[in-house]
Amino acid sequence: MSQPATHNLPNAAPAPLGWDVRRIRGDFPILRETVQGKPLVYLDNAASSQKPRSVIDRVQRYYERENANIHRGVHLLSEKATEEYEHARSKLQHFINAKEAREIVFVRGATEAINLVAMTYGLKNFKAGDEILITNLEHHSNIVPWQMLCERTGAILKVVPINDAGELLLDEFEKLLTEKTKIVAVNHVSNGLGTINPIKWIIDKAHAKGVLVLIDGAQSVPHLKVDVQALDCDFFVFSGHKLFGPTGIGVLYAKAALLEAMPPYQGGGDMISAVTFEKTTYNVIPYKFEAGTPNIAGTIGLGAAVDYLNSICFGGAAAYEHELLEYGTGLLSEIPGLRIVGTAKEKASVLSFVMGEIHPHDIGTVLDLEGVAIRTGHHCNMPLMKRLGLPATARASMAFYNTKEELDVLARALRKVIEVFG
Amino acid sequence: MSELSELYQEVILDHNKQPRNYRKLEGANHHAEGYNPLCGDQITVYLKMDGDKIEDVSFVGSGCAISKASSSMMTGAVKGKTKAEAEAVFEKFHQMVTGKPGTPAPENIGKLAVFSGVCEFPSRVKCASLAWHTLRSAMEGRDETISTEAEEAGDDAHPRR
Repeated sequence: MSQPATHNLPNAAPAPLGWDVRRIRGDFPILRETVQGKPLVYLDNAASSQKPRSVIDRVQRYYERENANIHRGVHLLSEKATEEYEHARSKLQHFINAKEAREIVFVRGATEAINLVAMTYGLKNFKAGDEILITNLEHHSNIVPWQMLCERTGAILKVVPINDAGELLLDEFEKLLTEKTKIVAVNHVSNGLGTINPIKWIIDKAHAKGVLVLIDGAQSVPHLKVDVQALDCDFFVFSGHKLFGPTGIGVLYAKAALLEAMPPYQGGGDMISAVTFEKTTYNVIPYKFEAGTPNIAGTIGLGAAVDYLNSICFGGAAAYEHELLEYGTGLLSEIPGLRIVGTAKEKASVLSFVMGEIHPHDIGTVLDLEGVAIRTGHHCNMPLMKRLGLPATARASMAFYNTKEELDVLARALRKVIEVFG
Repeated sequence: MSELSELYQEVILDHNKQPRNYRKLEGANHHAEGYNPLCGDQITVYLKMDGDKIEDVSFVGSGCAISKASSSMMTGAVKGKTKAEAEAVFEKFHQMVTGKPGTPAPENIGKLAVFSGVCEFPSRVKCASLAWHTLRSAMEGRDETISTEAEEAGDDAHPRR
């Protein structure tokens, strides 16, 4: 088996000499909040990230000064709103280096994007006996839409297994990739464990057999620079709210030729070019997939999030986060009885862990009272938890605005957990 | 008392470490499974009913400290009671854990008052009430697994605050 190329790895970036985390933190108003009378230590970024002032202000400005429906009126506000909405599309295009702006479809989030692909491309092209190849690391959003598609078409879901460290078994992947495989759907970064998957290698292997690839980038775009042309993926999906943008907005990237050939997802206004009772002609891409009045404020806000990331030299974030990960891994390893779950060689800044018999929810509550926000539970990863033999884990997930001092607070709070339950 | 020690009172920590009636009940004539998909908490409640009376009760399962202690103390609270009496205790218990913080615990709730701190933690209400929903299911002789996400238990999701 050939080795996967190291691609987009955080430790491949130069050392984060200039990462001014104090200044960065100043950009995020919520980080000044106190929780339970203690300074907020927000370590639940894999669930949703915080928003910089510029995003909050941009959404507010839209509602205060620019609010109107898009692609409709001839009046000035409508034209202004349309212009800003389409401008956001081009910002997102450049952010992931898509070839054309029309390859960016705005959706509610990664979940809707995957549903869209399954129910348009999948429903049109898959038949009984075809195979959909996912992995044991997937979020429910990259499992359930495919199961629903299997129910409708008779296609079969196949799952790439993982090792105990939380890494994909790539030789198993190669065995499961057959002439029956119609699509590979895999996450770039695992939300539960932080594993960075070798997606470039996966895409190349799949393409060599003529198989399309959908990348769930929900957990990667907040950490790693993504270039969809270099990756050559067919579909790439992500959510705005994990990318320091508003909730309810996300992106489906797909190669233009694929979007052209896909039937529409929902019918309604904006997705048509002409309607009579006898026949409707659909609009061109991407509008064919954007029925109804979209989340205009969210889209413009997401554009502002991309502007923000560009302004802080986002490229340096991965190296800084990797430093946080190494520091946090060291701290947690010293806590008696704590076991880190997910020890892949290539990891994003996610620390999933268990503490012997102490249930993750009890850990979460004790931490909450110390002002520390983490996620506890199955992380929408029930099949992964089953594979690991755990009902749940506690998960601290870092962003580029977190600090080593915050990880010290986390470690102290975890020692308190032991005091209470040990 | 800090909020932490108010939630995790000594009694709760003790029942978590040494749950009472933690076994499969020999001669049980009713049982039901309860599942909290949000936490992964899972319990089975066994009942030995003599007509309308709960002659014996036990449980097994895994879960957080709150759910384990609540299961343990539930068994103690309902043993020897009739179905209607057990229902009445559940009603009071439910009122307490979903009530407004600061409200005094209902009268006659006995040791279960240690769970009054739960109402400060809306996300933990389901942990506390799982055992009781499962008990109800077992008493009614339903053999399906109950879930805290199902309609019956859905009111736990919106505690009155």
